[in-house]
Amino acid sequence: MAAPNRGRRPAGAQGKPGRTLVLILIAMVALTGGMFWAGQLTPRLGIDLAGGTTITLKAKSQPGQENAVNETNMKTAVGIIERRVNGLGVTESEVQTQGDDNIIVNIPKGTNSQQAREQVGTTAQLYFRPVLTYAPGTPSAPQPTPAPSASAGDKGKGDKGKDEKDKATPPSGTPTATPTTQGRAVTDALKAPTPTPTPSGADKPKSSEPPKPPPSGDAAGAAKLEKQFTALDCTDKKVRGALGDNVKPSDTALACGKNAAGEWEKYILGPAEVSGKDVDDAKGQLDQQRGMWIVTMDFTDSGSKKFQKITSKLSQQQPPMNQFAIVLDGEVVSAPSVNQTLTANAEISGSFDQESAQNLGNILSYGALPLSFEEQSVTTVTAALGGEQLKAGLIAGAIGLALVIIYLVAYYRGLALVAILSLLVSAILTYTIMALLGPGIGFALNLPAVCGAIVAIGITADSFIVYFERIRDEIREGRTLRPAVERAWPRARRTILVSDFVSFLAAAVLFVVTVGKVQGFAFTLGLTTLLDVVVVFFFTKPVMTLLARKPFFANGHPWSGLDPKRLGAKPPLRRSRRASTPTDHPKEA
Amino acid sequence: MSRLGTLGARLYRGEVGYDFVAKRKIWYGVSILITITAIVGLAVQGLNLGIEFKGGAVFTTPSSSVSVSQAQEHAEEASGHDAIVQKLGNGALRIQVSELDQAQANKVNEALAEDLQIPVEKINAEIVGPSWGEQIANKAWTGLAVFMLLVVVYLAIAFEWRMAVAALIALIHDLTITIGVYALVGFEVTPGTVIGLLTILGYSLYDTVVVFDGLKEGAKDITKQTRYTYSEVANRSLNGTLVRSINTTVVALLPVAGLLFIGGGVLGAGMLNDISLSLFVGLAAGAYSSIFIATPLVADLKEREPQMKALKKRVLAKRAAAAAKGESADDSDAAQDAIPGDAATAGAVVGPRNRGRGRSSDKR
Repeated sequence: MAAPNRGRRPAGAQGKPGRTLVLILIAMVALTGGMFWAGQLTPRLGIDLAGGTTITLKAKSQPGQENAVNETNMKTAVGIIERRVNGLGVTESEVQTQGDDNIIVNIPKGTNSQQAREQVGTTAQLYFRPVLTYAPGTPSAPQPTPAPSASAGDKGKGDKGKDEKDKATPPSGTPTATPTTQGRAVTDALKAPTPTPTPSGADKPKSSEPPKPPPSGDAAGAAKLEKQFTALDCTDKKVRGALGDNVKPSDTALACGKNAAGEWEKYILGPAEVSGKDVDDAKGQLDQQRGMWIVTMDFTDSGSKKFQKITSKLSQQQPPMNQFAIVLDGEVVSAPSVNQTLTANAEISGSFDQESAQNLGNILSYGALPLSFEEQSVTTVTAALGGEQLKAGLIAGAIGLALVIIYLVAYYRGLALVAILSLLVSAILTYTIMALLGPGIGFALNLPAVCGAIVAIGITADSFIVYFERIRDEIREGRTLRPAVERAWPRARRTILVSDFVSFLAAAVLFVVTVGKVQGFAFTLGLTTLLDVVVVFFFTKPVMTLLARKPFFANGHPWSGLDPKRLGAKPPLRRSRRASTPTDHPKEA
Repeated sequence: MSRLGTLGARLYRGEVGYDFVAKRKIWYGVSILITITAIVGLAVQGLNLGIEFKGGAVFTTPSSSVSVSQAQEHAEEASGHDAIVQKLGNGALRIQVSELDQAQANKVNEALAEDLQIPVEKINAEIVGPSWGEQIANKAWTGLAVFMLLVVVYLAIAFEWRMAVAALIALIHDLTITIGVYALVGFEVTPGTVIGLLTILGYSLYDTVVVFDGLKEGAKDITKQTRYTYSEVANRSLNGTLVRSINTTVVALLPVAGLLFIGGGVLGAGMLNDISLSLFVGLAAGAYSSIFIATPLVADLKEREPQMKALKKRVLAKRAAAAAKGESADDSDAAQDAIPGDAATAGAVVGPRNRGRGRSSDKR
């Protein structure tokens, strides 16, 4: 980058400074026009300025899968999380990797961040497991609660009402009973997506015996599991959290889940038959005919086969073993019962409202992440706070700029005009490019980026100082302005390029190596450094060339900043350069 | 201003000058002293790490009539941990409580809302895990190492390895001073500080590179003359670019000062303040080191070269001969110690620079 000193070769713009100026003017007009055309008049504000939530997730390596945290899996995870977040109806959320094992989810304000967190942060592993047994979620022995009601209108006790109403509404077509039981978490029925109304709604007399041990597995293991099951307290968050850990999909597992009334239930679940990866697509939608919210699922090819297998098996079973649980990170999100063999398409109906149907749809479609993640930090930023900081930053920037201008005017007088114009051009270019980069590459101006832009005022002004000092040096050697401007340029150019390159290198390294907030800062620094070079080459230099022709500057008016006497040039002023030997020595001495 | 303007001219002509290079031992001493102070401060006092490095929660309340001490009392009561409360410019409060997890933070948030009689949703809660700040810091160290490596390679190619080494030492020196100031004053270290510190990288070198560029030019064809040693030429270049260095530093510091004193000072603490504080300290240190440390170091390294040694010998021999003849004794005086403001002595150093410039523009 150290531009070779081309010595006397005329600098590119020397002859026709006007052309270069027109070029940069066109660039400015084009960028401004592009800004208006894109309808993006302000740079996109980062989450810290506009408000919102930032969730940082760190990939956890599972025991036995230490190599799972790799680029491919991280990419897949980002894709899944992205779809999942935007499945919430968020349009501007950003999901990106940070470093090797972090995923940053930025959710702008106006989103239900709690809901987003639940979906983004905790959703990791999704499995469909057959239900072996279940009970209320407290450690006490399962309460036999026979509720042998078969009528559609039967509300059972408390919480079942809504569920039953939903199911009871449609007139019955196919006589498949959807078993629901008192106190059960399972409120959903699963069936083929034909618009055949489900004739459910009848509470099925539930067996009142204590939970049956899992039918598979050895007796000792089963007994142990049952003991654990009896002791399991689903209302304890820590206990629940520990459940999902270290459970292989092929194991029989304990799990907790909430029923429609929001009460905890506990389950013994069989080995996973279908994983979230087998789900191609799922969404919650309103069934127009029945006027209820359902969740439809499409399976992938292999998923269809597995799903067919499990449903054909389950549909033969007696309740409660005709259900499968949709288990997300060890937690049962839904446990629909199965009453027929299903293949590629299926729907879950039950006590859904719009939100719960769409949530389940999202979980199903984007359920299976290749990695599990833990939340590192959740940052909620209100717009007011960010806005205040932005204001502070802008005020500070304006004052800083004013101070720089005052200093430049005081020291460089007329030349300061060139510097101020250059700063202005630089500001316009920076602003328009930032605004355009918003939709372009998703650049968002965050607080550190604002800081970077303010700091960059100094970098930009530095270049002019280097050039101006060079010009003044030339004048001190007794040159008149026009040759001084041209002779100073090649040397100033080299200094500017070398030092800007160092600045750019710092910004680039910062950008590549670091994460998040630091990146915004580094990006701004890098951008402004590049623009500095552009401005100095295509604006400052040509303008200097033009101004050197003006008598005000050329004759060294005291206010031009180029007064040879003030600069201490050696009289008499000459047009040619002096002899190269230091003949002036004795005089000075 | 006009005084500074003429100072530029006098510096340029060498009418005034300070012999930075000859007095380098003093400045090395000063720097070593500062560095030792910084290290001792760091060892004894340590850095005041922000909650980003320790983990915890930050609550920001809207503007209210609650006083800082009240808020602190409530926060400590609610959390059972120490709380740092700051009043922001608009009357809002920033309450930091370390070592809280999400659940605890929610509880504290609710308790605070009740105690301070502010609706819960108006309080901004931010949970920070300890590994978050740690990770930023780790990345920062990586960035630092990569940058130093690249910049040394680049400077070694663009200039020469001696300058690269000197620039690197100056850079480490700046970072040490900045960290030392943080340790001694007890400023809080946040990710913003780390960002600021990393920015110093580019900035500190910017100044140094401008000075070295002048030096490289001034030292062109130095072996073809017998009037000045490398150290003298280095000092001459340094004085010649002094105004430039001062101006670029002032101009860089002004916006940062604006951020620090107006943005941060008036409107309360925050990332702006953190970044600008470390930038301010680092920039000042960077300006100092580019003048007092980097260039004298280059001169030191250069004088070890055989050809520079030979040059010095020739120069001194010539001066001795001239002195013997009794002509222009000032030349040899100038070589030993230039007195600031003494036109007669410092003027002697003008030669090679002008000549170098004249030649370089003649060629090609």
